[in-house]
Amino acid sequence: MSETAPSLGKDLVGLESLGREELTAILDTAEPFKEISERRIKKVPVLRGKTIVNLFFEPSTRTRISFEFAEKRLSADTVNISSTGSSVTKGETLVDTARNLEAMRIDMVVMRHGASGAARFLADRIPSNVVNAGDGRHEHPTQGLLDILTIRDNLGTLEGVKVCIVGDVVHSRVARSNIYGLLTLGAEVAVCGPPTLVPGSFRELGVEVFQHVEDAIQWADVLNILRLQLERMEAGYVPSLREYNRIWGVSTERLEKAPHDLLILHPGPMNRGVEIDSDVADGEHSVILDQVTNGVAVRMAVLYLLAGGRPEKAEAAKKGGGPS
Amino acid sequence: MSIHRTPLMDAEAVERAVARMAREVVERNGGVADLVLMGIHRRGTQIAARLADEIERAEGVDLPRGSIDITLYRDDLMAIGPRPVVGGTELPPDGIDDRTVVIVDDVQYTGRTVRAALNELMDWGRPARVLLCVLVDRGGRELPIQPDIVGRRVEVLDPEQSVEVRVPELDDRLGVDLVSTGPEAT
Repeated sequence: MSETAPSLGKDLVGLESLGREELTAILDTAEPFKEISERRIKKVPVLRGKTIVNLFFEPSTRTRISFEFAEKRLSADTVNISSTGSSVTKGETLVDTARNLEAMRIDMVVMRHGASGAARFLADRIPSNVVNAGDGRHEHPTQGLLDILTIRDNLGTLEGVKVCIVGDVVHSRVARSNIYGLLTLGAEVAVCGPPTLVPGSFRELGVEVFQHVEDAIQWADVLNILRLQLERMEAGYVPSLREYNRIWGVSTERLEKAPHDLLILHPGPMNRGVEIDSDVADGEHSVILDQVTNGVAVRMAVLYLLAGGRPEKAEAAKKGGGPS
Repeated sequence: MSIHRTPLMDAEAVERAVARMAREVVERNGGVADLVLMGIHRRGTQIAARLADEIERAEGVDLPRGSIDITLYRDDLMAIGPRPVVGGTELPPDGIDDRTVVIVDDVQYTGRTVRAALNELMDWGRPARVLLCVLVDRGGRELPIQPDIVGRRVEVLDPEQSVEVRVPELDDRLGVDLVSTGPEAT
């Protein structure tokens, strides 16, 4: 019999609850899945006959498309539901929406929701596998995983690597997933940004807090630069975009003062000239497009690993045997 | 439960079989032109490497090699509980289009592994011809897939018994054992 990967359970809600073994299994599984996207026929029959619903209560282009590519390359049937133009806007509750979908015999739900904890709430109430594609400020586990995979690919390890997350950390589910996953895998993590967006309370999670991006650049091996949500400015968290760029923007001039080259990540979509300057985004140490490529592979790995996480299937496996 | 191992082939027997299989591969293909050897992960890959070394020695050429991990093509993938670890699949550098692809496995049993390997191969390209080469054919086919070149045929009717190929790269030695698990002998 072949070796087996550790079980992730039924759902992927966040990286906080995953141990080193599970996280490493996802990253390692993503490696062979990268090759599938390079084939002439970009499809393997892993999820043939499975129906996956992409349930997006918040607008998302890149995450939804990345999930959809991953699902289609695994041969699943997919249905996309977004909040506009569905009964979601007619006041149906989340559980009612999910139960109606289940009544149509689905196997997995990939959900983006504005409320923190929505993924856990749904996962506890339906038998389908639930993958969190971002819930409020809580977590965005597949984004965290693809960031971590991109760092591991480029630096060869995560042990002792110093990663600084720059920007609107307090509102960011991407930051939280990165912090949990990176710390579990042995990296050192810091956060940096205006005090309104990077409160000192983050130290309780075991991360360093920098007020000045220059200090972060001196310390870090990797910068993960978050998108500045423009509504934050309207809400008074930052004085103006120009001011934000002047103080916290990552520019070539600032990076040149670093003791060594820094790997540059950004989860996208970028505000060029605000949190990141164009020459940094397009520079030789930018791995922003690698992140996008890795996103599909990581999501394929997660879907593959979750598809086995049902106890009744394990019982059936004991009766049958593997191929030979 | 106890495990009984009965040796079927020792290292010398495996080497002799591989040497003969290598000659048969070349004969079947009418030479070494366009020949590609693809082992099935994991022990098939080791046997394929031995075959390729043997052919290279005899013919004085470099053979393109690859390996197939069939995990994602298994027909029981959704029926089994824990997820098998997905191994890497490696295509030979110039691909498999218009080549004679020799699929190499250690043991042939139900035929389901080869079915999976064939499907995967077809997703990569269009070989001119595919040959199947196995070190041991233990019988017990569940699909109508027969090997072209066989090292040793052993009819093992008891499904509780298994035929295990051991290779020095992954195990302690080169050889083939018949393994039976049964109640503790008293």
